Amino acid sequence: MSKNKSIFQSHVFLTFIAIVVAFLVGAVFLAIMGYDPIMVYTTLITGIFSKPRFLAYSVVYATPLIFVGLSVAFSFKTGVFNIGAEGQFVVGSMAACLVGIFVDAPAIIHVPLCFLAAAVAGALWGIIVGFLKVKWGINEVLSMIMFNWIAFYLSNYIVEIPAVHSEGTAEATKNVADSAMILLPKAMRDVLAPTSNYGILIAIVFVVIVYLIIEKTTLGYEMKAVGYNKNAAEYAGISVNKAVLTAMAISGALAGMGGAVQLLGMGQRVSLFSAQEGFGFEGISVALIGASNPIGVFFSGLFYGALKYGGSKLNLIQAPSEIVKVITGTIVFFIAISHVFKVVRRRKKEVS
Amino acid sequence: MDSIINSLGTLIYATLIYTPPLVFAAMGSCFSESSGVVNIGIEGTMTIGAFTGATVAYFTGNAWVGFLCAGLAGAVFGVLHAVATVSLNADQTITGTAINFLAPGVALLISKALFNSSDTPALLDAKLPMLFNNVFDGNTVWSRFLRNVFNNYATSFLMFGLVILVWFIFYKTRFGLRLRAVGEHPRACDTLGINVQRTRYIAVIISDFLAGLGGACVTMAIMNQFRPISIVGQGFIAMAAVIFGKFRPQGALVACLLFGFCTGLKVVMGSNNVVSAQLISMIPYVVTVIVLILFVGRSRTPSASGKPYAKSR
Repeated sequence: MSKNKSIFQSHVFLTFIAIVVAFLVGAVFLAIMGYDPIMVYTTLITGIFSKPRFLAYSVVYATPLIFVGLSVAFSFKTGVFNIGAEGQFVVGSMAACLVGIFVDAPAIIHVPLCFLAAAVAGALWGIIVGFLKVKWGINEVLSMIMFNWIAFYLSNYIVEIPAVHSEGTAEATKNVADSAMILLPKAMRDVLAPTSNYGILIAIVFVVIVYLIIEKTTLGYEMKAVGYNKNAAEYAGISVNKAVLTAMAISGALAGMGGAVQLLGMGQRVSLFSAQEGFGFEGISVALIGASNPIGVFFSGLFYGALKYGGSKLNLIQAPSEIVKVITGTIVFFIAISHVFKVVRRRKKEVS
Repeated sequence: MDSIINSLGTLIYATLIYTPPLVFAAMGSCFSESSGVVNIGIEGTMTIGAFTGATVAYFTGNAWVGFLCAGLAGAVFGVLHAVATVSLNADQTITGTAINFLAPGVALLISKALFNSSDTPALLDAKLPMLFNNVFDGNTVWSRFLRNVFNNYATSFLMFGLVILVWFIFYKTRFGLRLRAVGEHPRACDTLGINVQRTRYIAVIISDFLAGLGGACVTMAIMNQFRPISIVGQGFIAMAAVIFGKFRPQGALVACLLFGFCTGLKVVMGSNNVVSAQLISMIPYVVTVIVLILFVGRSRTPSASGKPYAKSR
């Protein structure tokens, strides 16, 4: 294989193609359903780009997704499929919420404390599953799905505890203290969005940290080795069990912090769930679109966040916002089969 | 004594309500998993089945036509999954994830286009029929018990027949043997002249067909319409049941009944205020984990599970 990959084989190019194809598929669907695709897409795009406020909102929507995307991408590197990010996100959010309500501290301590609580809770949720796998050999996909639901009902249970529950009529917790919130100063929020926050800066820091762990540390090397070939890694003296546990802990911590950033930057309280919120599953898509690369995840997170926010505008013109789901699903689907093009090109090369 | 029999009847009744969607989807999952194709997209196909069943039944007024169409709609997504994973060797988990986004998106999109709402209209008399209505009359304790237990929709009884059928296909037919062999050692099968790709195609399409039926069990029997919250994790639970049942249909049935029982327990107990309903809702999931630790442990997945098979390298 030649070192300078052809542009047609690069992930970025294939992802771009997948996005174009997905929008076309979406347009066909819209047309069949009797909507005007051009009007829907115009609304979507102006809903994202036409005002600085809209862009700011897109960033706010994207921030938690970047965290969850990083979480899933990190687990992929070790060959673990973290379908449990949903539950880790929920327990992280709740842990940050409890610290935010009950601890009284200046912002400089309070915020990191909330993030720490979220990271620990998420990591714990990940480690339990990892432990079940290495100790009793229990299929991790299975136990993660179970723990997603356990987290769901645990969170609802905590919301209903009288000491935690809102004094008002809302089916939610009390509000987190202002000192725990990570909102930008009021003057800036007046220009940007009311919920613009520092979260995106924290996300950038973690993108860099995850990149460094994966690319520059022994730990990252061991994880990748386990991900590529478990037996070879074991033979080379790497403890596969330890690598899996570590990966689950870090992955869980990242998803948990995603919960914190959502809460402290936007929600300010945890509501009673009626259905899973889906951050974990969206994070899987973000990781896949970003080719499990931290920097790729950053951009795919922004992309996904923008689509999610823009999609919410479609209700204004009576168009179904579900088209966003169809588009993202199609993108992931085409990314899944995109390697075919690489194979075809390689074969062509071999023939010539 | 009478009250014990009564509550027992209620519990069995509740179990039989909540188990069928899981059993249908789990039997589907048995097919694809045994053939070596992981299909986590059944959650999405259940949603499309749930929607199609309710919609077709609403328009035709015929429950069974709706039920069948639900399976066919699921099978369409099965073809998609099979083309990607079997022919194009795509990553099975990624494709499944994509379908889990696509299918509910498509369902809600069509629902909004047809009904201008994400809920479909209520099925008044196009729900699936009850088979044993007015069979057990009388007023003794036991006839009340039987009436209670059998006061269920057809799917609650069909599921047992389905499990027997799947068991028969798996262990008593040539196709079943090939199916399981393909999941264990596709290359060996290939050398023996078994068409690996065709077998996997059939398995995946059957799996999504059954998952579609499972979805319809929710909207055409438990509820009487499709809502966005109709399918909330039943597909994943069915997958869990299959792993739990060690990839055997009979094992998966037991696991599904356990889940259905816990869900029924949750609904029956949910009306008292002694224990938090949230904690009761947690029971099925906690029980699964505990049972796995105590009794199941390492479940041996089919050797070729998750691996695409390329005929020649």
